[in-house]
Amino acid sequence: MSFTLVQVIVSGLLLGAVYALFASGLTLVWGMMNVVNFAHGDFVMLGMYTAVVIWTALGGGPFASVPAAAILIATLGVLSYFLLVRHIMRGPMLAQILGTFGLALFLRYAAFWYFGADFKTLPDTLVGGSFTLGGVRFEGARMLAGVGGLAITLLLHVILTRTAMGSRMLAVSEDPVAAQLMGIRPQRMQAVAWAMAGAATGIAGALIATFFYTSPTVGETLAIIAFVTVSFGGFGSVLGALVAGLIIGVVESVSAYLIGPVYKDVIVYVLFVLVLWFRPQGLMGKA
Amino acid sequence: MNRYLFFGALVVLALVYPLLVQGIPVWERMGALVLLAAIGASAWNIVGGYAGQVSVGHAVFFGFGAYAAVVVYTHLGWPPIAGAPLGMLLSVILAAVIGVPTLRLSGHYFSMATIAVGELVRVLSSTSDFLGGAQGLGGPAMPRSVFDLSFLSATPFYYIFLAVLAFLLGLTWWIERARMGFYLRAIKDSERAARALGVSSGRYKLYAYMLSGAFTSLAGSLYLCMFGFVDPESGFGILISVKMVVMAALGGAGNLFGPLVGALILVPLEELSNSYLGGRGAGLTFVVYGAIIVIIARFLPSGLLSLFRPRPSKPAPKSEIASGHAD
Repeated sequence: MSFTLVQVIVSGLLLGAVYALFASGLTLVWGMMNVVNFAHGDFVMLGMYTAVVIWTALGGGPFASVPAAAILIATLGVLSYFLLVRHIMRGPMLAQILGTFGLALFLRYAAFWYFGADFKTLPDTLVGGSFTLGGVRFEGARMLAGVGGLAITLLLHVILTRTAMGSRMLAVSEDPVAAQLMGIRPQRMQAVAWAMAGAATGIAGALIATFFYTSPTVGETLAIIAFVTVSFGGFGSVLGALVAGLIIGVVESVSAYLIGPVYKDVIVYVLFVLVLWFRPQGLMGKA
Repeated sequence: MNRYLFFGALVVLALVYPLLVQGIPVWERMGALVLLAAIGASAWNIVGGYAGQVSVGHAVFFGFGAYAAVVVYTHLGWPPIAGAPLGMLLSVILAAVIGVPTLRLSGHYFSMATIAVGELVRVLSSTSDFLGGAQGLGGPAMPRSVFDLSFLSATPFYYIFLAVLAFLLGLTWWIERARMGFYLRAIKDSERAARALGVSSGRYKLYAYMLSGAFTSLAGSLYLCMFGFVDPESGFGILISVKMVVMAALGGAGNLFGPLVGALILVPLEELSNSYLGGRGAGLTFVVYGAIIVIIARFLPSGLLSLFRPRPSKPAPKSEIASGHAD
């Protein structure tokens, strides 16, 4: 195996870890209350703009923008839950699509109106430099994003599976009425899920902004990746999103390298349809 | 009686609308655009509304129709409208190819799968030289005969679209009352129960999907005849799919006139904001557009037409006997 291929796989893994992080916010909400948030990509977009604003206005780097984006998007998530999602989740599935897509348009064009349509990028020097390890080159920004994405996704997984809070959330997702009889407040737990999903999404946005262009419509592109990752991994499973994110990242990089950049999406979508065909519940979803 | 009078008045209004706005191009165009959007959304309604299979990838059929119309012009020199039957035929075949694997999936999974298929087709179309790649293809620049459907005003298109929409709504009305309509609603309410009662749900979902695809394709061909140009984004873009869903859901999905009501609200909102505000203001109007959609989803989750639904306070005597329990 050539060094180039190793390089390609490594960068695929780093990209996949970020995919996993921003898909985990979507999968958390989807699995917990069976709501697909069509505004998810626009949450990521706002996380990216948070990073841009913090850099241009305050000169702050990722260590300032990551917590800020987490807090901001978590607040946005909780607000969306109380003002909108709480009411539409009992309605037909179409009302959920209508409501969250309306929210997506609202956020996307609010950003368009406020920030303008032009692409913004953070300077390379913000997370500068690169280092070489065993012939494989690591770029600073992508390394930070990949490792950060992996760490936060695993943290989310641990919170959901190993803490009392996680158990309470699982109880609510399985049977809200029974959970309520056990003294758990379903609405509070669902709000917590939106806060955690928002924080993860905001962090993902701030990390992506270090190496990807920021524009009001970037959410649309990212949302499709998130949907594919979540359905691939199995809804509600953060670990599934992690595995699926890493697979998609590697498949994208390798097919872009071997076949051509245009076809990388084709391969990913074909893979996705095949997974749905053979395993409709996703890699790690419950049937 | 009152209802028929109201309905009749609406039909008359639809027929004379172009005469009322004659000489104002913006409004002539608007009427045609509303009807075109209503055709697409009504076609979606057959599978998404009546059968409850929420496809978010109907742009595949729309784009197929648009490209079929433009391809017969660029590669064969035929008038674009001649591609419409071809597009419909191909869309029925394509619907079977997409539907057989994806219609097994339920709920959100079906929606996600249709999004993926839509994006797959969009990316493939932008790499195809036959379809003009990312630049897209244009129809005839100068009309060669009347069949090229090139008119000075949008009014002829208005009447063509009105005829197509009337046919589609008539067909949907007929299906609604036929055996298939009952099957589709049974599948929507509970596929398991429908299957237990002997409805071959897979087959009927596929029929609905194929029919829906064929008419969505026709909407695409008509779009091309009016605009004379299509590229991967305006043919297969995810926004095309989402708009069909949003219009139908806004008016009332699974309701005969729901998609038309949705189109009557959203198309003027979008067109007027584009023509009067334009530029940076366009962003602001989509903010309002989004907010209106959110508010309707929040307060009228079953769509605007649910306001006019017969009150449930007068239950039929039969159901009281059947239920046996007080509610």
